[in-house]
Amino acid sequence: MKVIEVKNLCYSYGNGREVIKNLNLEIEKGEFVAIIGHNGSGKSTFAKLLNALFTPNNGEVLIDGLNTKDKNSIYEIRKKVGVVFQNPDNQLVASIVEDDVAFGPENIGVKREEIEERINFALSAVNMQEFRKKTPTKLSGGQKQRIAIAGVLAIKPEILVLDESTAMLDPRGRKEIIDIVKDLNEKGMTVILITHYMEEVVNADRVIVLTEGEKVLEGTPREVFKKKEELKKAGLSLPPATILADKLREKGVDICEVLTPEELKEELCKLFVKI
Amino acid sequence: MQIVCKNLTFTYGKDKRIQVDAVKNLSLTIEEGEFFGIIGETGSGKSTFIQQLNGLIKPTTSDELKVGEFDLLDKKCDYKKLRSKVGMVFQYPEYQLFAESVFEDVAFGLKNFEKLNEKEIEEMVRSAIEIVGLDYEKIKDKSPFDLSGGQKRRVAIAGVLVTKPEVLILDEPASGLDPEGKEQLLELLHKIHNSFVKTIIMVSHDMNMVVEHCTKIALFNKGEIYSTGKPFVVFEKLDNLEKVGLEQPLTGYLKKELEKKKVSVDTDLTVDDFVEKIVEKIKK
Repeated sequence: MKVIEVKNLCYSYGNGREVIKNLNLEIEKGEFVAIIGHNGSGKSTFAKLLNALFTPNNGEVLIDGLNTKDKNSIYEIRKKVGVVFQNPDNQLVASIVEDDVAFGPENIGVKREEIEERINFALSAVNMQEFRKKTPTKLSGGQKQRIAIAGVLAIKPEILVLDESTAMLDPRGRKEIIDIVKDLNEKGMTVILITHYMEEVVNADRVIVLTEGEKVLEGTPREVFKKKEELKKAGLSLPPATILADKLREKGVDICEVLTPEELKEELCKLFVKI
Repeated sequence: MQIVCKNLTFTYGKDKRIQVDAVKNLSLTIEEGEFFGIIGETGSGKSTFIQQLNGLIKPTTSDELKVGEFDLLDKKCDYKKLRSKVGMVFQYPEYQLFAESVFEDVAFGLKNFEKLNEKEIEEMVRSAIEIVGLDYEKIKDKSPFDLSGGQKRRVAIAGVLVTKPEVLILDEPASGLDPEGKEQLLELLHKIHNSFVKTIIMVSHDMNMVVEHCTKIALFNKGEIYSTGKPFVVFEKLDNLEKVGLEQPLTGYLKKELEKKKVSVDTDLTVDDFVEKIVEKIKK
């Protein structure tokens, strides 16, 4: 089943520059899609078009069949599409974690008893139950971002969009977020991950590469990372493990294509076992 | 300029009940000419430390804090002059752009530091904008807000370089940039490191970047220095990275994994050196 349908989507800001140009894509329920592209390629604009923060100039975005241009559907769409942004400090509103998580459901009129349930559900999904009564400002970056995700999960969205949500975190914080996202996806959540970290992309079912608002590449991570020239042209690079493996191959080392550090480790171990 | 810091402690909060030592008893010497990396998880005291180096915050207690000839513990320390010699680029510096034109923005720091005539200012602004790889004539009259993310960051860095600092401190300079932007930024840092900037201090969460570019690093943990030295030495000694909230760079991870299989690779952990050593090993 398709949860997102994007048809001939065009969007430009006030100055007339087209940020999204005739974009067409479909996303299946439960899919994990990564979107990559250079700064200014239209990734973040696209995220905002998904939950009707922006509406198309031309073409349309359908969420579960609902059109983002239809003013009467906006509330419904925002319940379905939860967006987590880059800076955790900009997304927390309350002075106690549980109040922050409750903010969304309170706004859409969820009953008090159910809010309680939703707080429990959302905080346990991001593994932050023990911080329920704490102050968000006292948490680490990764923890804050987990609370921001919990705040979105409390709305019970069908689609989770992360717009460079790991960019400001330290390695531990980034890993926490990616692990949670993988887990949510395994439980059935549709995930759209926008990122500059090529190593985060390897977890996705499908990768979409945007350049100047257009889709220039699409496929599984393995397919996309094989198209090295095209990626370079798009201002992107390869996951670190892939780059290292390529350099070894250039020097005549017999080694397979890899995406992750673990795969590269296996390959290297195989080499030395042979010797 | 050599940077010497002895037993520095910085405590946030005046009320004893809520005081937190962000930096505890920290001693560190950074020699002139280093490309020095500071790593450590969020809240480990990295930012608190670097802000002391140009007097933005002052130590609660310290035995010594000197940057070149500047003694920061001396009440008569000329902070204005110090700050023109020690440039600080904060995280996401493009958020600090404010002026109507790129020229005005870059010139702002300069006008605050020194009495210069129009012509001198123009010369220095031009040179700073050109150093960061932008076309002066094309960009000087543009609004900084009409630029791309990578360009904005360059303009912000130009605004710091304009006073020709000898020490340049950068907090997460590559965060939020796409891979190409990141690569260009590092090229820029190496370029200026070989000119008037003598010492670069870079705070980073990117372990691959740190082993590739830094001559020395300090690993901060809970306000203290956990270890310091050449990157590969620091990572070599780290068996329990979870404890300090970090990860091995890719090459460090592979080296450790190969060691488990009784294969030792004697590498400085830069990608090229790692590749070379692996190739040598296979040929044997």
